[in-house]
Amino acid sequence: MLRQIEGSQAVAETVAMCRPEVICAYPISPQTHIVEALSRLVKSGRLAPCEYVNVESEFAALSACIGASAAGARAYTATASQGLLYMAEALYNASGLGLPIVMTVANRAIGAPINIWNDHSDALSQRDSGWLQLYAEDNQEAADLHIQAFRVAEELSLPVMVCMDGFVLTHAYERVDLPAQERVDAFLPPYEPRQVLDPADPASIGAMVGPEAFTEVRYLAHLRHLRALELIPAVAAGFAAAFGRESGGLVGAHRLDDAETVVVAMGSVLGTVKDVVDERRAHGERLGVLGIKTFRPFPSAEVRRALRGARRVIVLERHLALGAGGVVTADVRAALDGLGTAGEAAPYLRTVIAGLGGRPVTKDSLHDLFARAAADRLEPLTFLDLREDLVERELARERAARRSGATAENLLRDLAAEAAGAAEAAGGN
Amino acid sequence: MFQVRIHGRGGQGVVTAAELLSVAAFLEGRHAQAFPTFGSERTGAPVVAFCRIDDRPIRVREPIARPDALIVQDATLLGQTPVFDGLGPDAYVLINTTRDPRGLGVAEELAALRPERVRTVPATELAKEHLGRPVPNAVLLGGFAALSGVVSLGSVLAAIRQRFSGRVALGNVAAAERAYAYVRATMKETVHAQAD
Repeated sequence: MLRQIEGSQAVAETVAMCRPEVICAYPISPQTHIVEALSRLVKSGRLAPCEYVNVESEFAALSACIGASAAGARAYTATASQGLLYMAEALYNASGLGLPIVMTVANRAIGAPINIWNDHSDALSQRDSGWLQLYAEDNQEAADLHIQAFRVAEELSLPVMVCMDGFVLTHAYERVDLPAQERVDAFLPPYEPRQVLDPADPASIGAMVGPEAFTEVRYLAHLRHLRALELIPAVAAGFAAAFGRESGGLVGAHRLDDAETVVVAMGSVLGTVKDVVDERRAHGERLGVLGIKTFRPFPSAEVRRALRGARRVIVLERHLALGAGGVVTADVRAALDGLGTAGEAAPYLRTVIAGLGGRPVTKDSLHDLFARAAADRLEPLTFLDLREDLVERELARERAARRSGATAENLLRDLAAEAAGAAEAAGGN
Repeated sequence: MFQVRIHGRGGQGVVTAAELLSVAAFLEGRHAQAFPTFGSERTGAPVVAFCRIDDRPIRVREPIARPDALIVQDATLLGQTPVFDGLGPDAYVLINTTRDPRGLGVAEELAALRPERVRTVPATELAKEHLGRPVPNAVLLGGFAALSGVVSLGSVLAAIRQRFSGRVALGNVAAAERAYAYVRATMKETVHAQAD
């Protein structure tokens, strides 16, 4: 049924249709609306049988999910930002034990400085946690990915994060087609665990494994990730056949045919990027977009195939790996390895750090960025809309005095002075 | 695409107004996207919310910098925040106030706009009368339907009924209808004045 609905509510309704048997959650912005809505669905009896467990922390939320999943229950949780970091140890346990928990990550920056707004720092910090990571472009896809996530997770015995941009998607009202319960039931069979803790048939999971087999256990988990590269597109195709719309998959191509320059990105920024690309296409610029829908496992072969023939590749990153650059870029570069050796030109690869801590990625800035790219005037690591004057002032303070103070507070003072100056100038008119 | 920016203060239902407007457009079979500027929510602090309406799916996610219409839920914001930023000469402006627009301290900004597209409506007073609470958000949408014609009054009322129930729904519907009639009446005056 078509609804005009908040992203969080659409996700909660869809998760409920996946019939989780245990939900353990701890609230944190911008994820809270999702678990609040689910708690109401459980309390009202609309989602039954399901046990909703209020816990004291994110560490407890995921730990309880691990217990529930190990006992054979379909388990779900959601978090964001510091909440995800607080889960870090349990994240590795969930994946290492092969427990198919599904978790929504309402992507948000990580402090310090404290910042509640959207970027991809949280999920990308857990890149190697062994969880599959799927990224939603809009709220329809965010909802649909949860149905697919349970299917993929349970078939592979691996946990899945469904990443959706905090606030930008979670708090946006837009049109979402929520499927009928029967169709979700037909697509998502009841969970049949590969291993289960059952008092009637005692077994243990979570053994200590020494050097004699640790590599092999890890290697098998890696193989499962590689199998996900085949399963995810198959499940997406099955979803399209069952529900009549495309959602998910490994990558999403937009106007890649004959594209000279391809912009690679993940999440909701893809919408704005596509609008700008279409506007520039109308003026004859050969631009295309490659959306990365599955970040873990990384779809290297699809990325390589999509980018082959492009002269320029711009990876738009919603996260900065301090001291290195772009996290997604590193994987894209590895996927392109060897292109350019057999007489082909190697693509000019540029990283653009954009939209950190909720800074809007605007069409104007993207137009300017793509114009600079077309003229081959991008630095290998470019920061979109960086206030260089603010940076310079702080660097000058640091040069001038040893005790230059806290960086974040210094910048806020500069901005406050700037705003006061602007108000005075406006008042003087 | 038609883009609306709503300015108000925490507690006035700014975000809800944008959501209701998007539901009204949705009920007319159109695509709509509503979202707030995100921040710490405090009563009385300036809040901005956005709504885009289009016949095609909406992909863009940036905040609305060049709106086609402004709804100002609290006229005390006019001198304090850059409410008129990015406004083109053909934009619609609806301000919640009992005062004449010329007395709001933004004469220069309003003079740049088409006079028949600038209206005021005493939405807080109407809300107090019909709801018993000074929450002008849904009320203003009735006035906005009259001023812009982008959504119909019927769709606004349907969105209100979908969101609220009982006395709150009834009060908002009645107040939104009054705001619609109020704006329609002042528009007729303008037409007559222009004809004279």
